[in-house]
Amino acid sequence: MSDAREQILNTLRRGLQRGPVAGERRAELEARLAHPPRNVIPARALHPHFEQVDLFVQMARNAAATVDPVTHPADVPVAVSAFLDCEGLPAELVMAPDPELAALPWSEEPALHIERRAAVDGDQTSVSLAFAGIAETGTLVLLSGPHSPTTLNFLPDTHIVVLRADRIVGAYEDAWDLLRARGQGMPRTVNFITGPSRSADIEQTVQMGAHGPLRLHIVLVGG
Amino acid sequence: MQVTSQSFKSNAGAALRDAALQRALKNLKAGFPGKRAAAIAKLPEFDQLRAAGRDLKNHVLEHLDFYLERFEAKVIEQGGQVHWARDAAEARQIVLDICRSVAARRVTKGKSMISEEIGLNEFLEAHSIQPVETDLGEYIIQLRHEHPSHIIAPAIHLNRDQVADAFHAHHGPYGFTERDENPRALMNEARQVLRQQFLSADVGITGANFCIAETGTTVIVTNEGNGDLTQILPRVHIALASIEKMVPTMEDVSTLTRLLTRSATGQEITVYTTFSSGPRRPDDLDGPEQFHVVLLDNGRSGMLGGEFQDMLRCIRCSACMNHCPVYGAIGGHAYGWVYPGPMGSVLTPQLVGIDAAGQLPNASTFCGRCEEVCPMHIPLPKMMRHWREREFERHLSPTGVRFGLGAWAFFAKRPKLYRVAAGFGAWLLRRLGGRKGRIERLPLAGGWTAWRDLPVPQGRTFQQQWAARQGARS
Repeated sequence: MSDAREQILNTLRRGLQRGPVAGERRAELEARLAHPPRNVIPARALHPHFEQVDLFVQMARNAAATVDPVTHPADVPVAVSAFLDCEGLPAELVMAPDPELAALPWSEEPALHIERRAAVDGDQTSVSLAFAGIAETGTLVLLSGPHSPTTLNFLPDTHIVVLRADRIVGAYEDAWDLLRARGQGMPRTVNFITGPSRSADIEQTVQMGAHGPLRLHIVLVGG
Repeated sequence: MQVTSQSFKSNAGAALRDAALQRALKNLKAGFPGKRAAAIAKLPEFDQLRAAGRDLKNHVLEHLDFYLERFEAKVIEQGGQVHWARDAAEARQIVLDICRSVAARRVTKGKSMISEEIGLNEFLEAHSIQPVETDLGEYIIQLRHEHPSHIIAPAIHLNRDQVADAFHAHHGPYGFTERDENPRALMNEARQVLRQQFLSADVGITGANFCIAETGTTVIVTNEGNGDLTQILPRVHIALASIEKMVPTMEDVSTLTRLLTRSATGQEITVYTTFSSGPRRPDDLDGPEQFHVVLLDNGRSGMLGGEFQDMLRCIRCSACMNHCPVYGAIGGHAYGWVYPGPMGSVLTPQLVGIDAAGQLPNASTFCGRCEEVCPMHIPLPKMMRHWREREFERHLSPTGVRFGLGAWAFFAKRPKLYRVAAGFGAWLLRRLGGRKGRIERLPLAGGWTAWRDLPVPQGRTFQQQWAARQGARS
């Protein structure tokens, strides 16, 4: 390994007045990594599930996302259609090639033109499926993968995210538990998304739609 | 970046006379402190989180070598590469070599203070690679050939008319010929111009707010989405991180982000928190083909075990500068290097040397606000005092200060003489103050009396009062 690496590690150990971590101490650190302890969790993230769904909706709206609760998965296509109509957006979608999304009755909205692929410049509206929602801050969790390209989350002006209410958890830590339980290691990208893109770099005045989507619309299923 | 901290005093004078800067600084004072306070009021656990965050970072620093090695192993396991850089020159060269290996001509950049610290943009330009800053604030100052004046709001020293001028001067070729001062229009202009840069970049460079040892993941905490477009569109993603950014687990990162965003912009969470692990997976439809992490030391390893170790807990939230009366009066450029405000006054002498930056630890009234708002409980005033002591020991303090301290020490070591001199001094000041009881001009204290009158001492000296009080008690 490189000289720089050895030198940096040696300087650190000189400062700490010890050699490489070994023995019992090392076993403790390994155990901490293998079974990560939780630190302080805010009380508001520890409420029962139905309250978490309400909190999620409230926090997401505070962050300037729009939330449209629907009862059944089968209601999603019509809700998406209605949203596009209402916003005056073209009936064109680039959608994550996810089997769960594909299983929804899109054919009932024949006016919708849907392409299932990663996003490219010029795409107006994308649809993704959230891996989870975090009530604490109204945050969506999206994972990259063959079924969910990350460009969908950032290139189009409007991002529609389908979230199942039973995927809403209280705290960030709960989302990490879900991810570990998935058992496939880390995806290339985990995106926490809370509201649409914004910047306050000009005179500290918040403007929406900096580089990412101008609109973030959440279709909440079973909420 | 050229260090101009040695001329702090004249920099500060110029900043106080700069009307546009003073106008812009009002936005800072009206914004960040109030937003932070409101966010904290909504989270009753904030103080518990601070204690947990402090303990967590102390734990990391005590085992930094272990976590660095684990982080490296995990990045490699997922197909990424880790490069270690002792100093700025090594880090620049590593980045250049990666860029050259893919014949890169254009590099997009997310916001990174490490990039500023190593002077990356100038270096890439000198080697015919075009760096494009994509964070709105960073983009504005890149057009103006400036450096950030704040670690999270790099263009906070500017007003909208100055931004409009910069865009008007540069955006003509992109079809924007009208000068517009509306912030909404300005941002839209930048969005459209930079979108083309994102799509044509060969390499994307971001910073890293945290590095997770458990998973070999780098984390960025942002609002605009530029850091994401920077890392998912080009073929190569390089993350620049300093070694103290290590955090053991995702649970630990969650604790620190709860503290970071509230302390910084007063947000409960930023719009985007992005966790990047390795290059795109074989079946992925997008994402970078290569993932590199550059781990920069640049003097930090030497802080471990010494009186400045606590500074390595810093998570770069900027609360200290947002609440600093000195920063609020002069802005960030006067500090003369990358890191301004109280955290910069502690870190800069370590990174560029006390000879160049010795004046910075004096740029504090020791009001203590910085330590009070620091989410990591860093004792910033205490560390500035350490630097002042070192500066004095090394005879780097200005002659006037050395003379004054020497004169005071002479009397302080001779209590009888001190009492006489103090009594005489008080008498003299009363005489000078005359009937008004105020002094409008005083030799050697012109800096004070130019702005306000000095009230004359009233009654007896402190020592006389103390003696009388002790006598009364016994």
